[in-house]
Amino acid sequence: MLDKSPPRTDRSPWNWLLLVPIAIPLMPFLFNAFEPRLLGFPLFYWLQLAFIILGVTSTTVVYQMTKRREGR
Amino acid sequence: MSEHLTEIVIFTVLFLVVSGMGFVASRWRRPDNLASLNEWGLGGRNFGSWVTWFLIGGDLYTAYTFVAVPALLFGAGATGFFAVPYTVVVYPLVFLVLIRLWSVSHVHNLVTPADFVRVRFGSPTLALLVAITGIVATMPYIALQLVGIEAVLKTMGIAGSGFLSDLPLIIAFVILAAYTYQSGLRAPALIAFVKDILIYIVILVAIIYIPAKLGGWEVIFGKAQEKFDKTVPLTDGTILNANNQLQYITLALGSALALFLYPHSITGVLASRNRGVIKRNMSALPAYSLLLGLIALLGYMAIAAGTKPIGTDNNTVVPNLFDQMFPDWFAGVAFAAVGIGALVPAAIMSIAAANLFTRNIYREYFRPDATDAQEASVSKITSLVVKVGAVLFILLIDPQFSIDLQLIGGVIILQTLPSVAIGLYTRWFHKAGLIAGWIAGMGGGMLLLYNIENPAIKHAHFGGSAFQLSKLGLDTKMTIYAGFLALLLNLVVAVLGTWIARALKTPDGVDGTQPDHYFADEGDPRVKDLEVTGST
Repeated sequence: MLDKSPPRTDRSPWNWLLLVPIAIPLMPFLFNAFEPRLLGFPLFYWLQLAFIILGVTSTTVVYQMTKRREGR
Repeated sequence: MSEHLTEIVIFTVLFLVVSGMGFVASRWRRPDNLASLNEWGLGGRNFGSWVTWFLIGGDLYTAYTFVAVPALLFGAGATGFFAVPYTVVVYPLVFLVLIRLWSVSHVHNLVTPADFVRVRFGSPTLALLVAITGIVATMPYIALQLVGIEAVLKTMGIAGSGFLSDLPLIIAFVILAAYTYQSGLRAPALIAFVKDILIYIVILVAIIYIPAKLGGWEVIFGKAQEKFDKTVPLTDGTILNANNQLQYITLALGSALALFLYPHSITGVLASRNRGVIKRNMSALPAYSLLLGLIALLGYMAIAAGTKPIGTDNNTVVPNLFDQMFPDWFAGVAFAAVGIGALVPAAIMSIAAANLFTRNIYREYFRPDATDAQEASVSKITSLVVKVGAVLFILLIDPQFSIDLQLIGGVIILQTLPSVAIGLYTRWFHKAGLIAGWIAGMGGGMLLLYNIENPAIKHAHFGGSAFQLSKLGLDTKMTIYAGFLALLLNLVVAVLGTWIARALKTPDGVDGTQPDHYFADEGDPRVKDLEVTGST
């Protein structure tokens, strides 16, 4: 049974998407400012909190797109 | 003391309920016997998505984090907010790495990161270095969980002064030690449910209720900026300045790289049932990052509310803020959340440190033929020793020392990255190169940390993690995370060392893994089974 299955791999072009939420939060020029404010939060705080959504979206997309298609 | 009576009663009741759960946990998903590290140390390697989410969440976002991060914002402002990019970056960063680690650990029945290094590089010495690094980095981290409990006890007026003032802390830890001994990883896994639900409730209430009382977020951020404008060092503020941005991002990235090298994080990961559980959790765990970001802002709320720490201990700011703002009964719930929040990571950390000792020191060097039951009993006893050590640390030595050590811990655990994380991808490095890199990274890291002063806490050395690049002769006022520089040094030396070892034809260790071991999933044969059927 093991021999018949094609060689497994984790490679997928979707994985590149993971670089986005790694790179963006590490660029302070994007968020290091007071304005524009949101609900009283300076940009520095609300935008960095918003990056969490970016992270969740990226990892979710990669997970869904790279799930092994195996019926259980 | 009586003014805090309601708080103390609620805190005690919740604490006892949770402790009871800790003991009962040994019967949860009861295995045939608990006498193996797979069962005691990894909960049967069978936790699904929900349990894993609570367990790893409770493991990584510790009580100390919940107390210390707002304390950082309270004291220094924006730089303390690095915890948010740190915990955003970490999940996509380790998404692909951890599933490989899970697979290879599944196939080879590995329990610790040092186990992996042992089988991958065939070097007991390198594995020993990784194990010692893990233990040394974890010990002060456990001690710091006590700092979290202590901050709460101090606020309730039942610690920090007078005869028997340390007794509540000792009792709390004795209970913790007893049920960890009894139930292993199942105890923190079960308790994590209560802890996290309590924390979520407390924080949701806090971020709605407190700003409403203080006049809104605008006022809170305004007052914080006002405070920082008045203080003498102009390095603080509610946003970053030109000189600490590099420190901010290297600290976030360095901490993210370090997080899943900590043995207790790996314990949480290996306890999950399959690769899908880990992948799903990489998407779901950031919910805790949001929580942490909001908790961080409690530091500014404390500024706006005029909260004062007890003595010079900024860690008491958050408990004090709760005490000041909430009705007594809810402050009691909040304190319980922090106190119980310390128990979950402390339990997992002591289990992880104990497993490292058992597998990579005891079994490797003293009893190569140890049975599963012997391993489990050695781990159980070691977990007790580790906790006693942590208590003594806090009681006998200035807690500031634990904080310094934990800072060092972050730098040293990063030095295992080439062997563990890069090792999961490539066997290119020679074991001698990795050992040389580890030595260089450790030495370099210590040297850098030694040369960081911090007048605010009267430290001439080991005063923080922000290293001034000017000390390397660079004409700049910028600072960088010391661990990051040390890791770069480590990698350079590891590469050079590998080249030299190859040139000298130094024998390398044997790689016990095969490429397809890194993709194995639940239900795939393990190495022992493979040997039996002879299919390798």
